[in-house]
Amino acid sequence: MNARWRLAAALIATAQLALSAQSNPELDRLMGLLAQRQHGEADFSETRYLSLLKQPLKSSGVLVYDAPDHLEQRTAQPKAQTVVLDHGVVTLSIGKRQRVLRLADYPQVAPLIDSIRATLAGDRAALERAFQVGFDGSLEHWQLRLTPRDPALAATLARIDMRGERDAIREVQVMQADGDHSVMSITPRE
Amino acid sequence: MTRTRVRSLSLWLLLVAMALVVVSRARYSADLSAFLPRAPSAAQQLLVQQLQDGLASRLILVGIEGGDGAARARVSRALAAMLRARAEFISVSNGEDSSQDKDREFVFRHRYVLSPAVSPARFSVDGLRAAIADTLELVASPAGLSAKSLFVNDPTGETLQVIDQLQGTQPHREAGVWSSADGARALLIAQTRAAGSDTDGQAHAIGLIRSAFAAAATPTATATALPTATPLRLLLSGPGVFSVDARMTIEHEALRLSLLSTALIVSLLLLVYRSLPTLLIGLLPVACGALAGVAAVALGFGVVHGITLGFGVTLIGESVDYSIYLFIQSPGGRAAGAGTANAAAPSNTATTSNAAARSLWRTIGLGVLTSICGFASLLPSSFPGLAQLGLFSISGLAAAAAVTRFVLPQLPVRLKVADLAPLGAAAARLIARARLPWGVAAGLALACALVLFHDRDRLWNRDLSALSPVSADAQALDAAMRTDLGAPDIGDLVVVNADSEQVALQRAESVGARLDALVGQQVIGGYDSAARFLPSAYTQAARQASLPEQPLLRSRLALVAASLDLKVDALQPFVQQLTAARTAAPLTRADLDGTSFALGADALLWQRDGAWHALLPLRPPATGAGAPVDGEGGGADEINIERVRAAVADVAPDHVLVMNIKHELDALYGSYLAEAVHLSLAGLGAIVVLLLVALRSAARAARVVAPLLLAVLVVAAGFTLAGTRLTILHLVGMLLIVAVGSNYALFFDRRAADHDPAALPVTLASLLIANACTVIGFGVLAFADVPVLSALGATVAPGTLLALLFAALLAPRRMLAGA
Repeated sequence: MNARWRLAAALIATAQLALSAQSNPELDRLMGLLAQRQHGEADFSETRYLSLLKQPLKSSGVLVYDAPDHLEQRTAQPKAQTVVLDHGVVTLSIGKRQRVLRLADYPQVAPLIDSIRATLAGDRAALERAFQVGFDGSLEHWQLRLTPRDPALAATLARIDMRGERDAIREVQVMQADGDHSVMSITPRE
Repeated sequence: MTRTRVRSLSLWLLLVAMALVVVSRARYSADLSAFLPRAPSAAQQLLVQQLQDGLASRLILVGIEGGDGAARARVSRALAAMLRARAEFISVSNGEDSSQDKDREFVFRHRYVLSPAVSPARFSVDGLRAAIADTLELVASPAGLSAKSLFVNDPTGETLQVIDQLQGTQPHREAGVWSSADGARALLIAQTRAAGSDTDGQAHAIGLIRSAFAAAATPTATATALPTATPLRLLLSGPGVFSVDARMTIEHEALRLSLLSTALIVSLLLLVYRSLPTLLIGLLPVACGALAGVAAVALGFGVVHGITLGFGVTLIGESVDYSIYLFIQSPGGRAAGAGTANAAAPSNTATTSNAAARSLWRTIGLGVLTSICGFASLLPSSFPGLAQLGLFSISGLAAAAAVTRFVLPQLPVRLKVADLAPLGAAAARLIARARLPWGVAAGLALACALVLFHDRDRLWNRDLSALSPVSADAQALDAAMRTDLGAPDIGDLVVVNADSEQVALQRAESVGARLDALVGQQVIGGYDSAARFLPSAYTQAARQASLPEQPLLRSRLALVAASLDLKVDALQPFVQQLTAARTAAPLTRADLDGTSFALGADALLWQRDGAWHALLPLRPPATGAGAPVDGEGGGADEINIERVRAAVADVAPDHVLVMNIKHELDALYGSYLAEAVHLSLAGLGAIVVLLLVALRSAARAARVVAPLLLAVLVVAAGFTLAGTRLTILHLVGMLLIVAVGSNYALFFDRRAADHDPAALPVTLASLLIANACTVIGFGVLAFADVPVLSALGATVAPGTLLALLFAALLAPRRMLAGA
């Protein structure tokens, strides 16, 4: 194979990626598939790489989703902590303390928290309001790349990559602009 | 004769001129303070002062409805910008980012003197480790993205400590500005420079808001509003708005009703007097009475309440009676043939006429005295509105009677009065046929008394809001906007008094520490305090002293960082900022300017007459196990105020008060209601004594009083049966029934006493006309939108009619002999 062919292939791939946001029938089908899912539970384990810390932070627990806008992240290890997103309100419980955040009040954080919910709900409109959505792969093995549209958000969040199989998300990678990043692996309980 | 006339008329003109000067220079007020009792205790005084011109009274709540969220937000921003440019407003808050950023910056900058967690232990190795580990958990959470930048500056999380304390005070946001919980209404708070009691200033500020809104809401060519979007609407609420509305209503009602009742009474009198000059002369006592009443109130109180002028309507109803009695019953009037009368000037034609004239004046004079006895009982009332009404009525009636007695007969005018003898004769025949046996009257009185006794616990409306001219809809809107803004009407609160700002803040901090414990026990849901964002200098210094010096901090931090796997270099900003905070100048009130905490500080801490007051409003505990969202639970329990009292009892006992505003105000009103009942009974007692002395017969006095009491009982029972609970204004109305009705009863008594059956028809005719005027005057008042006016009208109109009826039916039959 010569270099020219590889360049052409790369160009086609890029064009496909660019086009995908507007009219990708596979993305539409994926969203439709995800939207059918009313309830889901999955184990997760997450590793965070923060420049502040000498070691990565590892945590694990359970994710619970109820369509269309209830998402819980119950961390069991290393310390119990629960984050509940419900109707646009985030309740963060650590120990006895509770913090309540209204997503609308935090335009800088909201898209990050909402991205998983919107993907699970197959809410393409919500996803595309905040992100440029790139689709790759097939329904069986898909990848989404979410790139912030808002420059202010892009200053802290570089991108979110999701990997999944049919109506299940298997991995979420968050890449922050300063190089900190996290990887969450998800295993559906079924 | 001529000399007397000149002397009377010139004295009268002099008095009128003086009254005119007083009236034209008087101060008139139309705020709601006429409905607020004068407060006896210091705490209640503080309360009433705050209601009148405290910060809360200077807040105008602004709502924008209609259109879509983006349009409401755009208008909210434009409106706020326009109003902020005006000197009439101290501040305008709408939650837009600029103010939010300032708030966050303020909290961040002053976190080490604001955070209640700052103590020497917190910056020990163990304390630092625990605090930093806590914050790290937050950084590791999904919300960590925003917490991370905070972490390097504030790893112990002091900013969050402060924000946690202040949480729940921020309203919801929609499209970047404050909105109602359902997002359908954008919200702003404007703080006016004018005090709430400055109704003109409030009206001006409201006008500015309306015109700024009109300018902001007008769709421009660049506006992106959809053509189908509903137009935006402006909603205003708050004490100032209520005052301005109330003034408009009262002015409008007083004018409308005065015009209406004047027109009706004038029409009726024209039928009787048949000539314009006679009519004008007949109204002269009314005009002089009103003038004297306003002048007396202006002199006695320094300020005339708008509502007092509203009551002026009532005076028309009673003082017009005097000229009616004079014209119709005076010897001149009686001697005259069909349609024409001689001059009312006393004609010394016959001694009988003179005797009749003296008899007439004695009766009218006694009537005036009874009325004065009744109204005098209002004078000591603690309700400024009632006391003014009392003085207004006494001086007005006295002046009207005096003008009727001494001025009208001196006027060189020929009077024309219709022949009312046929009307009187018909009435006399009716009375002769119908009569009310004493037994039946006693039975009726007993029945009414039983009705009242049966409902004795629900007889009186002890709720001060029953007097409020603010409509239920307006009150509901106000409550909704306040709830959405997180500034609900204060129910329970702790008031701290001190000689200086610093002592007030220290005491507020001591009280706050006790209240924190109560929050833990769920006795209260939370509380606000100025010390949260403006700690006392003492507390600030103590917190600064808790911060370790830099070398010490560095060595401790190195230990902590090693155990938490932290890169200690990353925390360099923290070390520098904490070191700077150790020696920073203390935070003062001026540092709050530009943040939304400035408004809070003014509301919760203020100076008045050399004394400082701090207010700590309490939030009720949330009900149910479900966690409240945003600190605003759906349902809420009552606060057990005794437990609060017990908890703060040891903090400067003489300077700390715990109270529930509504209970306090209602208790205040209740005590005034009781006072008014006692005063009215005293007035009734005075009337009985007066009649006993004047009539020199217990039987005659009883005959005069019986129909009045019966009328009052029937009216009160009627209200109770109709489900209306009586207010202080109904009580005043009953007093008026006695005052006006006593004139009727006295005339019947006179006719029975002087054995002059020929006089009866004319007396009856004059009473019928007089009563018709009273019923018209008060009947019109009954349709007023202002509760105090309508309660009065609805009591007096039927009451005086009944008083006349009972007086006629209970009158001695011998009076009718020969009729």
